[in-house]
Amino acid sequence: MTVILVLIIASIIVAGGFLVAFIWSVKSGQYDDAVTPSIRMLLDNPTENNNKNNSNNQSNKSIVK
Amino acid sequence: MIEANKKVINSACFHCGELCLDKDIVVNKKHFCCEGCKTVFEILDTNQLCDYYSLSNNPGVSQKVKVRQDKFAYLDNEQIAEKLINFKEQNSYHVLFNLPTIHCSSCIWLLENLTRLNSNIQYSHVSFPTKEIKIIFDSSKVSLRQVAELLTSIGYEPYISLNELDGKKDKPKFNKTKIYKLGIAGFCFGNIMLMSFPEYFSIDASNVKQFELVFRYLNLILSLPVFFYSASEFYSSAWQGIKAKFLNIDAPIVLAIWVTFGRSVYEILSGTGAGYLDSMSGIVFFMLIGRVFQDRTYNYLSFERDYKSYLPVAVTIKTENGEKAIPLADLKVGDRILIHHQELVPADAILVSKQAMVDYSFVTGESIPVRKNGGEIVYAGGKQTAERIELQVIKDYSQSYLTKLWNNEIFNNTNDGTPSFIHTLSKYFTIILFSIAAISSLYWLYNDVSKLLPALTAVLIVACPCSLLLSATFTNGNILRVFGNNEFFLKKSDVIEKISKVDTVVFDKTGTLTDSAEMDVIYDGEILSENEWRTIKTITASSSHPLSKAISSYLQKYETIELNSFNEITGRGLLAEYSGNNYKLGSAIWFDKVTSSKSPEVFIEINNKFKGRFQFKNHYRKGVDAMILKLSKKYNLYVLSGDNESERYNLSQMFGNSVQLNFNQTPQDKLDFIHTLQQNGKNVMMVGDGLNDAGALKQANCGVVLTDNTNNFSPACDGILSSSKIKKLYEFILLGKAAKKIIIGSFILSILYNFVGLSFAVQGNLSPVIAAILMPVSSISIVLFTTGLSSFYGWYYQFKN
Repeated sequence: MTVILVLIIASIIVAGGFLVAFIWSVKSGQYDDAVTPSIRMLLDNPTENNNKNNSNNQSNKSIVK
Repeated sequence: MIEANKKVINSACFHCGELCLDKDIVVNKKHFCCEGCKTVFEILDTNQLCDYYSLSNNPGVSQKVKVRQDKFAYLDNEQIAEKLINFKEQNSYHVLFNLPTIHCSSCIWLLENLTRLNSNIQYSHVSFPTKEIKIIFDSSKVSLRQVAELLTSIGYEPYISLNELDGKKDKPKFNKTKIYKLGIAGFCFGNIMLMSFPEYFSIDASNVKQFELVFRYLNLILSLPVFFYSASEFYSSAWQGIKAKFLNIDAPIVLAIWVTFGRSVYEILSGTGAGYLDSMSGIVFFMLIGRVFQDRTYNYLSFERDYKSYLPVAVTIKTENGEKAIPLADLKVGDRILIHHQELVPADAILVSKQAMVDYSFVTGESIPVRKNGGEIVYAGGKQTAERIELQVIKDYSQSYLTKLWNNEIFNNTNDGTPSFIHTLSKYFTIILFSIAAISSLYWLYNDVSKLLPALTAVLIVACPCSLLLSATFTNGNILRVFGNNEFFLKKSDVIEKISKVDTVVFDKTGTLTDSAEMDVIYDGEILSENEWRTIKTITASSSHPLSKAISSYLQKYETIELNSFNEITGRGLLAEYSGNNYKLGSAIWFDKVTSSKSPEVFIEINNKFKGRFQFKNHYRKGVDAMILKLSKKYNLYVLSGDNESERYNLSQMFGNSVQLNFNQTPQDKLDFIHTLQQNGKNVMMVGDGLNDAGALKQANCGVVLTDNTNNFSPACDGILSSSKIKKLYEFILLGKAAKKIIIGSFILSILYNFVGLSFAVQGNLSPVIAAILMPVSSISIVLFTTGLSSFYGWYYQFKN
């Protein structure tokens, strides 16, 4: 039956790990803005795809002054 | 001739989606409503950022009102720039701008691709709910001003205010400690519950018994963070109450937590029992959920703005060495200042230029701009609506007519008024609880002294007013949510109770009951030909005066033509010539007409022959009349207007005779009026919109600000209501009143639970199982009862849930 003791301690450690993960996620600001990331993930990355379509094959940087 | 004119195609602007009524510029088969929109498109086109237009339809914001070229010149001023920059790391400067025009996914995409517009911007990150953008840029290559101008050039003009500059650092951030406390309480509560199971089922098997002590001590260890950290939320608030000689609801709760913890520690250490640690941590957990739910605030809305938010950050002054932008704080009496089109006059000043058209609607509530001649005083807060003017400052900006209102003591009064009825209720609850505890102690003192302490502590454990706190927090939290979904944003949950007490509603007129952006136009005069109408339409479309705009939109169906000549005489009217006919449109004074009407009028003359006139009526917001009718049955209604009496007839028709109408009210008059009402024992709700209502909003028991855009500037208030929802004001008040009923209802429910618990407690045999069942059952049922009922009421009053 002493195995229960081991199991309980193990389970508390696991649960404690989740608690730490939760606190860390709040602290790092993951819940500060729940709206923008949901939109951002649907947007395409500004990749080469864009440049290919364009006739003048200049890189972005060269246009910008 | 007429047929030759091009047909107006009302196509939507590719950039902003507005109909191209006055102008239609076509580039690459794309229509644009104005030069501004076209320019933005061209910038994006050359930088291959046209994905912007494919992500959502017409994502832009109309660029009709041009931003003055040197508007951000003041950002070159080190002092000002310093205040805006959050963080410096060698040449990398971090800055946070507020961009009120952010509104769709295209905005996010474009703003996060700023690097492609200017490679010296290293990073940009948008926060959609707060409409803020964080930018990191290379200060050696690009200046703060250039960054602001880049944003402006693509249609996202940053909003920079004096208020933010001064208080940027102490902007209240969402307090995360409550979330940590909640997380820890939840963790401990769950584990303590788990380890109390053998105790609940009183498993007697000897092989389980041996672990009993281990479980109890583990529980004790797990309860420590709850007792010392999570529950500290209640300690501090109870202590603050006691310091202020006021027994708030947290005081009896703290007592219950301490008694429970103390007795549990004693039982475990002495080996006499398992204690009630599960109940204690559970209660703390549920109450924290309630608090977090209730405290969900709209921290991206500002409820604390004062006049500083409205004043410009910097002013252009005229010196011997030319024009210079200086911070407002450096402005001295005697300085010559230059005010551009659509800029606010920051301090009381004398007009040096010949003429000015000053729009005081924000300060006084007058809906039509006032003409000022050279030498006249222009008060701070007026907005110049015509070309650039020069003024000489005569008073410090902090002592102007506009800011005088803020010297009223009401603005220094931080007292929130009477404490909530929940505290009163909890006081009676506590008194009754103590009497029960005393009676049962007395009983056991004479019958069985050994049971005295268990009975006394059990009474205190069972009957803590937690359920009362739970009912209040969950009801308020849910109502706050329903209000928010319906675009009524409250500053704090306490405001719900303030709304429930309202018996008098005071409205401002301009901008609140009426829509200041629109006017109803009535034409009175000879019948004009189609051709003449077109000419008038073209003339008015060329002017930016509000009355011209109103006429132009009234004549929407007519096409525009090419005028031969056009001349705008500020403060008087418009002159134009078309195919040999002379048109003259303007004010009564210009035409030497005597008019009895107090509302503005525009007269028309064609070839020096009087043709007719336009009359203007305020445009009332949709649904206002029905809302007023419903309100007037139950509440006292008043209208305070800074405008003249021209609308008296219209208003009295709409409001009936039971409503008192007051015109020509200064901001101070409004404040005093509310004060008088309050002295007569009224609970006043003030509904206003501009700075001219700021005093009244603050004085009122509940100040509600109406706004077309929740990110607009709104004065300090208790709640911000979207102007399209003013028609539901009556239902909002009813829902606020329902909240109180729900809280009292669920309190009665919790008293029933308390009777069950107390009946065990007074006998001195409160087993941990009963406590462990009673606590979650009562808590959860109260949560369900309050949120369910408040959602039901929301549905009943036809709110979006």
